[in-house]
Amino acid sequence: MATKSVAIPVTIELRSAQRSQWSMALERFRAHRPAVLGVFVLATLALLSAAAPLVSPYDPDKTALLLIYEPPSLAHPFGTDDLGRDLATRILYGGRVSLSVGLLAVAVAVSIGTLVGVVAGYYGGWIDSILMRFVDMMYSFPRLFLLILFGVFFKGMTIGVIVLVLGVLSWMTTSRLVRATFLSLKNREFVEAARCVGASDRRIIVRHLLPNSLAPIIVAATLGVAAAIIAESTLSFLGLGIQPPTPSWGNMLNHATSDMDKAPWIAIFPGLFIFLAVVSINFIGDGLRDALDPRHVIRGDS
Amino acid sequence: MGRYILRRLLQALPLLFAISVASFAILKATPGGPLAAYEGNPNFTEEDRLRLEHAFGLDRPLPIQYLSWLGSFLTGDWGYSFAHHLPVLTLIGERLPNTLQLMGTVFIVVLLLAIPIGVTTALKQYSVFDHVVTGTTFTFLSTPTFWLGLLLIIIFGLWLRWLPLGGIQTPGSEFDIIDRLRHLILPVATLSLVQIGSHVRFLRASMLETIAQDYMRTARAKGLAERVVVLRHALKNAAIPLVTVVALDLPELFVGALVTESIFGWPGMGRLFLDAAFRSDYPVLQGILAVSSTLIVLSNLLADVAYGYLDPRIRYS
Repeated sequence: MATKSVAIPVTIELRSAQRSQWSMALERFRAHRPAVLGVFVLATLALLSAAAPLVSPYDPDKTALLLIYEPPSLAHPFGTDDLGRDLATRILYGGRVSLSVGLLAVAVAVSIGTLVGVVAGYYGGWIDSILMRFVDMMYSFPRLFLLILFGVFFKGMTIGVIVLVLGVLSWMTTSRLVRATFLSLKNREFVEAARCVGASDRRIIVRHLLPNSLAPIIVAATLGVAAAIIAESTLSFLGLGIQPPTPSWGNMLNHATSDMDKAPWIAIFPGLFIFLAVVSINFIGDGLRDALDPRHVIRGDS
Repeated sequence: MGRYILRRLLQALPLLFAISVASFAILKATPGGPLAAYEGNPNFTEEDRLRLEHAFGLDRPLPIQYLSWLGSFLTGDWGYSFAHHLPVLTLIGERLPNTLQLMGTVFIVVLLLAIPIGVTTALKQYSVFDHVVTGTTFTFLSTPTFWLGLLLIIIFGLWLRWLPLGGIQTPGSEFDIIDRLRHLILPVATLSLVQIGSHVRFLRASMLETIAQDYMRTARAKGLAERVVVLRHALKNAAIPLVTVVALDLPELFVGALVTESIFGWPGMGRLFLDAAFRSDYPVLQGILAVSSTLIVLSNLLADVAYGYLDPRIRYS
């Protein structure tokens, strides 16, 4: 182990070892073909959504009574909806909402989860017990039930509210992962060594322990984005999430049930995009896990 | 074993306590509170409000209110639904069997399929079958339940016209087992396809780990038939952790059931919850949340006990 050599070269060695560690991970990620494909698809979706006004000639909210339930055609590749709006355009604008809600919600969840995990894992004792019992409790409520309750409290949600609520209900996995790495590492020699040279708790946590939790956090966060996109779209589909006319991939399917016989494309296309985004993110998560935790691959479960 | 069960029970108690506090908090957070109906009524004076608050015990300290609420909750008095004007317990009692029927069928279908598929993919690692299964389960794991349900309705209900579009039985007809099964197929397929992936993947990984163990070689070396080696020695050990996974997936199953019920018009607890949400029917929301989370805690407890029974190492750690 590099930590056993003399003081000064250690830092240099560690730095270069660290860099090659990440570049090795990148190499492994590139070798995971589905993950690379996932990055490509997701990037395309994100770019098209971001550039929606440039890509589409239509206004996402403009209704056209004469164009109600147009089947897919050259002018409207995915058809039009119950108000004559171009479905493809609304899917692009909906992508802005759905993708950013997924990302931001996970940012909130990871921040809370890391904080809780650090406190529980580093300080241990009764704080740890209380926090972990709280995590257990959060796990025993079906998440969508709580989301629906929040939906009722807030009378349908704005993007900001849904991001916060999703984040507040989804941090538990991260906290358990962070706690687990902290528990397994906090009594190891390199932490003892850091403490001996007078490093503060803060420094030990931020510089020595957190970097070691980074790999599992990244993987969990990636898979969390997929789960958050599904949660948001489900809630919006049920009518308690993002409220129309703001399009989200979920609320576009809201009326699909009643229109299924005359306009099945309304039910098919927005869902297809949820699926594309989620499957890409899950592939990326899989690839990241293989890249960041090689032991996982050797064990044989991909 | 007895001590192990007792320890687990004692660990579950604070959890149930916390859940009850959270459920109570939900009721207290009701916008406007129980007297909201009187708000804006010019004849409803401050004096009336105080009198009613005293009559309902709303002026007592919160812990006392909680205890009296808990008391009536435990004795089966769950309040009245604002929307249905029926006791909450009666309403849930009507709907719970339908949900359990749906979830139970899914549970059985998933296990019956996941175990052989998971074992086969592990035994034939990297075969065509393994790749197809891995790809398929991955696809369904990434499919939103509600979209899958909609697709199945469009394909099998609207286009092929093989199966009913929704509901629990043909309207106006008597209960008939064939009719019920026909109505069950699509919702059960929807939920099972989404649920099965995680079980197959877990069992595959667990089997792969088990067949790499030394005692597998020993079993083969002493001349046991391959069937016996796989089923008795490998599967038996590999399936133990599945008990926990199944229990941990239960919240997902409740969520899936809610979504499926709402798409297929299945008159279960999930749909009742959703209807109650739209009508701000808090007593019903609270009751269902309490029932489902209690069931989840109890099933986790059961899984722990089963795990301890199946794997003695757990009991003593």
